[in-house]
Amino acid sequence: MATSARRPHRRRRALWPYLYALPALGAMAFAFGFPLVQVVRDSFYAGNFSSPIWVGLDNYRGVLSDPAFRQSIFNNMKLLLAVPIMLALGLAIALVLNDRIRGGRHYQSVVFLPYVLPATAIGIAFSFLLQENGVLNRSLRKAHLGGLAYDWLGNSHLAIVSVGGLVIWQQLGFAVVVFTAALLALPPETAEAARIDGAGWWQLQLRVLVPQIRPIIELLTVIQVITVISWVFNYVYVLTAGGPGFSSSVMELYIWRSFSSGADGTAASVAVMLLGMASVLIGLSLWVRRQAVAT
Amino acid sequence: MRSTARHSIVRLLSQHAFLIIVCLAALYPLWFIASTALRSNAAYQLNPTGFPSHPTLTSLRNMLFHEPLPRWMWNSFLVTVSSVAVSTFFALLAAYAAVFGRFRGHSFFISTSVALMVVPPVTLLVPMFVFMVNTGMVNHLQSVIVFYTGLLVPFAIFFMTGFFRTIPQELIEAASSEGAGPFTVFRRIVLPLSGAASFTLIVVQAIWVWNELLIALVFLQNESARTLMAGLTQFQGRYVTNEPLVLAGALLSILPVVVLYLSGQRFFVRGLTAGIGK
Repeated sequence: MATSARRPHRRRRALWPYLYALPALGAMAFAFGFPLVQVVRDSFYAGNFSSPIWVGLDNYRGVLSDPAFRQSIFNNMKLLLAVPIMLALGLAIALVLNDRIRGGRHYQSVVFLPYVLPATAIGIAFSFLLQENGVLNRSLRKAHLGGLAYDWLGNSHLAIVSVGGLVIWQQLGFAVVVFTAALLALPPETAEAARIDGAGWWQLQLRVLVPQIRPIIELLTVIQVITVISWVFNYVYVLTAGGPGFSSSVMELYIWRSFSSGADGTAASVAVMLLGMASVLIGLSLWVRRQAVAT
Repeated sequence: MRSTARHSIVRLLSQHAFLIIVCLAALYPLWFIASTALRSNAAYQLNPTGFPSHPTLTSLRNMLFHEPLPRWMWNSFLVTVSSVAVSTFFALLAAYAAVFGRFRGHSFFISTSVALMVVPPVTLLVPMFVFMVNTGMVNHLQSVIVFYTGLLVPFAIFFMTGFFRTIPQELIEAASSEGAGPFTVFRRIVLPLSGAASFTLIVVQAIWVWNELLIALVFLQNESARTLMAGLTQFQGRYVTNEPLVLAGALLSILPVVVLYLSGQRFFVRGLTAGIGK
């Protein structure tokens, strides 16, 4: 506004920004706009897409009464438990690193490494480690701890726990790096003042440092909740493929399975529901982000 | 005084012990992949842990010469390079326009990008697949390339607008008041300043595309068109009783990422945490 008032000739040349934004806008309209509209339409139809049949809300009704879908959504909820564990552990590591510990940078780069690796390759390795007769159980038996050797992937209660473990293993480094950066950005005076006032190590961490990075903790919580609700397909697919049965399936996998078996309308209706949940979380993340930026 | 000193030594030791345990946990699966890839299958079945006493390159050689892995790697490479190049170019232009051109709705444009960044791709999958079938692109690399490009754009815009805002507006205005057109300013002033930022962005996007599984799995279903990650899951099902062979494939898929990470760590850290910073 101010610019155009100062230099009125800008008005005439203001066409180029639209042209420059156009390719990106087109790409987003193609990859997001079109499918987002289409998936909502698809969710009201059944049959394959050469001869769709309008079924109204039947896809939704069918899905909601399908035990496999309920199991899937319930598993996403179970994975939510991984978030506090991951964040607490990440925070603990970041606080220790923040103590200007020797070799801190090296520790940090090792801890961050899993986050950049392909979940597929890592997941396959974990599947060999956790198999009934895999490395973990063989080691446990060798150490005379055979009682702890569960069927980590084949047991219908444990399979999703294993998935959660893999998610934590890979995402932990992200939390560490984000928290470390946030702690590093704090003004050193507050901590110094607390130390002069005689605050012990634990007091300093929990009463002084952690409260100051609360906005970042909140933002990361929302982001990780979005991750476990809607970005865990890779982990589940290579680790358990949702099995045994549907016992470790998640919403994404349910969509993929319905879609692979030709039930496109069903897949679309679950996609719409997932999108609804994601939108709420996305809205929340934008709001939290604004709070975090404001401070 | 003394007890405080001893206290702090205990603390220091326990801190290092804690960090070392965490690092071992982070590295163990990698060690497992690498050491297993160097074992013969017989040796693995006998004893899957410990140091490989008779390391062999059989599995790696099989992967490279008797399995379609090199082809899949090449596919992944092509897909990564083309989608990342196009999305980076689009995003550079759009972010430049949004920050320095300030077209109507530029802030809406940016916040839309931020929101789209977290839309789960699985929700877009069904209509996109139908589109790819209708246009005959399914089972061709183009299908994933165009889709990935679009999926990458929002983050790229978010990242580049964040960076462009740190460039002083006066610099741009000075150049344009001397009669330089928008593209000249873009090419002569903005691009040279964006080297490190663009590189960071490219690294992050490349990692994302290289690691992507779901879309590749659905769009590319014939043997010769698979990407590396989709191919790996095929091995997992095909060689259930030959873990060293499967992990040799996994190792080869991880290697480029690890090499990149070791050579340009700060780009990874800065780029991958950009969604959360500032």
